[in-house]
Amino acid sequence: MAESTMKPPRKTLGPIAWMRQHLFSTWYNSLLTLLVGYLIVTSVGPLLNWVFLDANFKGSEPGDCTGAGACWLFVSQRLNFFIYGFYPDELQWRVDVMFLLLAVAFVPQFIERFPGRKWLGLFGITGLPIIGYFLVPGGLLGLEPVETTKWGGLMLTLILAYIGILASLPIGILLALGRRSDMPIIRGLCVVFIEVWRAVPLITVLFMASVMLPLFLPEGMNFEKLLRALIGITLWQSAYMAEVIRGGLQAIPRGQYEAASALGLGYWKKMGLIILPQALKLVIPGIVNTFISLFKDTTLVLIIGLFDVLGTVQSTVTDPAWQNVAVEGYVFVAFCFWIFCFGISRYSQNLERKLDTGHKT
Amino acid sequence: MFKARSFAAGAALVISTLASSHAFAASTLDAVKEKGHLQCGVTNGLPGFSQPDQDGNWTGIDVDTCRAVAAAVFGDAKAVEFTPLTAKERFTALQSGEIDMLSRNTTWTLTRDASLGLNFAGVNYYDGQGFLINKGIGVDDATQLSGATICIQSGTTTELNLSDYFRAKGMDFKPIVFDTSEQTVQGFSAGRCDVLTSDRSQLAALRSKLADPDSAKILPNTISKEPLGPVVRQGDDQWFNIVKWVLSVQINAEELGVTSANVDDMLKSDNPSIQRLLGTDGDMGSKLGLQEDFGYEVIKNVGNYGEMYARNVGPDTPLGLDRGINALWTDGGILYAPPVR
Amino acid sequence: MKKQTIESSPAGPRPWYDPRVRSIFFQIVAIALVAWGGWTLVDNTLSNMESRGISTGFGFLDESAGFAIIMHLVPYDATMSYGRTFWVGLTNTLLVSAMGIVAATILGFIIGVARLSNNWLVAKISLVYIEVIRNIPLLLQIFFWYFAVLSNLPSPRQSVDVGGAVFLNNRGLYLPEPLTQDGFGLVWAAIIIAIAAVAGLKIWARKRQLATGEIFPTFKVGVAILVLLPVVAYASAGQPLEWDIPALKGFNFGGGITLIPELAALWIALSLYTASFIAEIVRSGILSVSKGQTEAAKALGLPNGLSLRLVVIPQAMRVIIPPLTSQYLNLVKNSSLATAIGYPDLVAVFMGTTLNQTGQAVEVVAITMAVYLTISLLISLFMNIYNRAVAIKER
Repeated sequence: MAESTMKPPRKTLGPIAWMRQHLFSTWYNSLLTLLVGYLIVTSVGPLLNWVFLDANFKGSEPGDCTGAGACWLFVSQRLNFFIYGFYPDELQWRVDVMFLLLAVAFVPQFIERFPGRKWLGLFGITGLPIIGYFLVPGGLLGLEPVETTKWGGLMLTLILAYIGILASLPIGILLALGRRSDMPIIRGLCVVFIEVWRAVPLITVLFMASVMLPLFLPEGMNFEKLLRALIGITLWQSAYMAEVIRGGLQAIPRGQYEAASALGLGYWKKMGLIILPQALKLVIPGIVNTFISLFKDTTLVLIIGLFDVLGTVQSTVTDPAWQNVAVEGYVFVAFCFWIFCFGISRYSQNLERKLDTGHKT
Repeated sequence: MFKARSFAAGAALVISTLASSHAFAASTLDAVKEKGHLQCGVTNGLPGFSQPDQDGNWTGIDVDTCRAVAAAVFGDAKAVEFTPLTAKERFTALQSGEIDMLSRNTTWTLTRDASLGLNFAGVNYYDGQGFLINKGIGVDDATQLSGATICIQSGTTTELNLSDYFRAKGMDFKPIVFDTSEQTVQGFSAGRCDVLTSDRSQLAALRSKLADPDSAKILPNTISKEPLGPVVRQGDDQWFNIVKWVLSVQINAEELGVTSANVDDMLKSDNPSIQRLLGTDGDMGSKLGLQEDFGYEVIKNVGNYGEMYARNVGPDTPLGLDRGINALWTDGGILYAPPVR
Repeated sequence: MKKQTIESSPAGPRPWYDPRVRSIFFQIVAIALVAWGGWTLVDNTLSNMESRGISTGFGFLDESAGFAIIMHLVPYDATMSYGRTFWVGLTNTLLVSAMGIVAATILGFIIGVARLSNNWLVAKISLVYIEVIRNIPLLLQIFFWYFAVLSNLPSPRQSVDVGGAVFLNNRGLYLPEPLTQDGFGLVWAAIIIAIAAVAGLKIWARKRQLATGEIFPTFKVGVAILVLLPVVAYASAGQPLEWDIPALKGFNFGGGITLIPELAALWIALSLYTASFIAEIVRSGILSVSKGQTEAAKALGLPNGLSLRLVVIPQAMRVIIPPLTSQYLNLVKNSSLATAIGYPDLVAVFMGTTLNQTGQAVEVVAITMAVYLTISLLISLFMNIYNRAVAIKER
């Protein structure tokens, strides 16, 4: 019989079939799988050992790090410094309040059906900075003042990124509108501004802000170093923001502009009431992405001598009391940034997918 | 339209604020008194000179120099705030008025005096550049360092001295230039270079920061003169004099044996030099625009030069530096202050 | 009432309601504001510098610099001028940028394609790579590659020795340096002739393919020519090449080519970081090519490799080029992080040491910014030209 000589059909379901299809479909795929598999097995094992199994978690002083693995003790002992910098211990509740408010405002953004999510978000970009303005530096309402030179660590990183993005938004909107304006001179000025800032590295901007800004200002007018860094970051970031928003403005169909004009709306009403609300909604993912890159770029302030979270770690890994903890320190900072950036980028991807459906032709 | 107009008005307002007049003739002393504190530029961490502890309290000989000036102006050594500065920022920070004085182990050179618009108010530490080497390379003298890789901190006179020294000796070297002293130590301990060069006062401190201090040693050679001292802006002689004489008062106090411990007894002293120093006789203070007893306040709050030295860099500190040339001229050093009279 | 409206309209709106008049007015105001702002800034700066006794002008560029630089592609020593330090810094910046662009592009394309591999493991590994690397700050990665890796390398005396010619230690990677002797001109000539021959071959093969449909194995023959011709020339000229092999002298290795750790760390970090972004660009570029194109290529009987090379990649390139350009620009700008680990790039040397020694912040920063602006404009220009070449030509 013919049937008896024919082999049974290959399995198309089950783990074996899946492996055959996804791992061993051709000879070079099999080779690749084996090679990559070997690399993973040989590297992940020691890595896990170093991070968890052989690592040191307990104790209170450098001598307690006896295991062969990572000395996480170093991180837990200096955690306070990594988060708050030199912010006085007894006043750290003020920073904690800000962390809490930040979480309250933005964590619900990840949960689709959270009630009042929008209002919390709105609070995050309006009320939160105002509260922060009074709470963190102190000096008003009977709060003990804390100089900005004492700010540091994760707190400073968040402040730089958050204020940087918030302050660059309005400037970015104006620049984007200017770049799409009918008036050639305004357009030219905006193009030059945007392109110049986008072409130079953030380091040069920070140097300029820290070393040269004082020379530009009239005598007797001075900003603190942190504020100068913020001005530099904001100007630099607003150029990027302008480009993101311009993308949104361009995506709005011409009909919307024409319809608004036909209703007899003036320029600012047309933009403020019709175009910008639509455009800004479109570019939220883009804004979130610029936020991520700004967040990572804030580490550069350590080069001008501010103690951001990487700066605090960098300055403690040379502490003679703790030996060879550089890798632990860097891994800790990497992990902090990774959690934030990965989480936020997931959020923006979700948003992108959701917003995508409506407007694509 | 309304929004446009208000925006334009806002912009005009901002710009006109920026462009506000150049009138800023008020003296530094008045400005400091008005602020209620002295703003002093220091390093962002250099043991013995200016270093914040975990709570942000600053210690060091440069820090005490600032405190002494604050004590002279306000009678309160705590009326001072510190601005940590990198080597690159320090001069602009002073030039722009962000700080009232710079006390950041800064070497006094002609160029800095002449073309940066600064005035050096004196010397609070006589230093010189030296070498810290890895014992493994088996060198006893700097003249054997030809071909070595050397870690340096950027933005300092050290970079120039090093080049000069090697050129004069006809040797070559490979410089690795870092931004901060921390990175320099990190590079040295990672084995990136054979030699670390810096002011000698620093080498001891940096050596103590190594994982294994015994693996490194300091060479006997001193290749440069590094007079370190407080700096003020040019064009305000009164302020220049104040900073200069606060330091001189501290040195004179040591010479006269006045310390923070015995200064109250010394108020009754018959020695006219001490009377002038502490303001019990004469009008030295008002000549500078200060209280007559500014000298007393300085010694009471901060101490004389010797105390300041012993507390921060002396043999009993981690740096463990002998007085050496920083001893008084009467003790074989070169410390010599003009008389208060 | 009615008549009045009709009458007023020929006269046009009042001047301040006329959009053209308004536009001119606003532009004049804008120019005035910018000019005034700029003037104020310049005036402030000049009067500040004068009142604070800071020297101005570009005269400092001719003064002797007096400091040494570890790595220079143009001749340099401490007796040369500050102007020369600018060129040293600039060439070092260009070197690391160029190396980074090449490595990041290759790596990015490989990972981008691997991300779409039908091998599950390879695709997932690529995904993990992309998500981990691009969410960690670059500066941190540079520190890691420099400080954490460097301290685990051996000292010069315990160098890792590869065949007695290549050495790796914490002072860098030492490679033998080829020294051309007399008669090497023949080899150069052979290389040039080989390149010309391959180009000619390609044109001829294409003509023949268009005319007859026969495919000539251009690639194999081309490689053969490129390898054989110079080798023959090299042998016939009596092997006019010597190798300068690095050797331990005093504290360190001398001779050969040195890849200093600062350059290596910066290069690795820049390449790995940028590659993670390029991989995503490549992936979305390939995905943007509609499935119909691949299916059509299959229907024509093109094998997988050819369909990727002739159908998918050329179309994907149009989507890939613009974001790729901005990644290249980012890489060049990010190379300025060199200053954190002591690689002597433009920012570290010129905006660092030179600025410090001269104190002329305004001039130095202005020159540095102008350089980055020029580099950006040039890269954009080249990529625009290339983009135009690959853009859809509609007939």
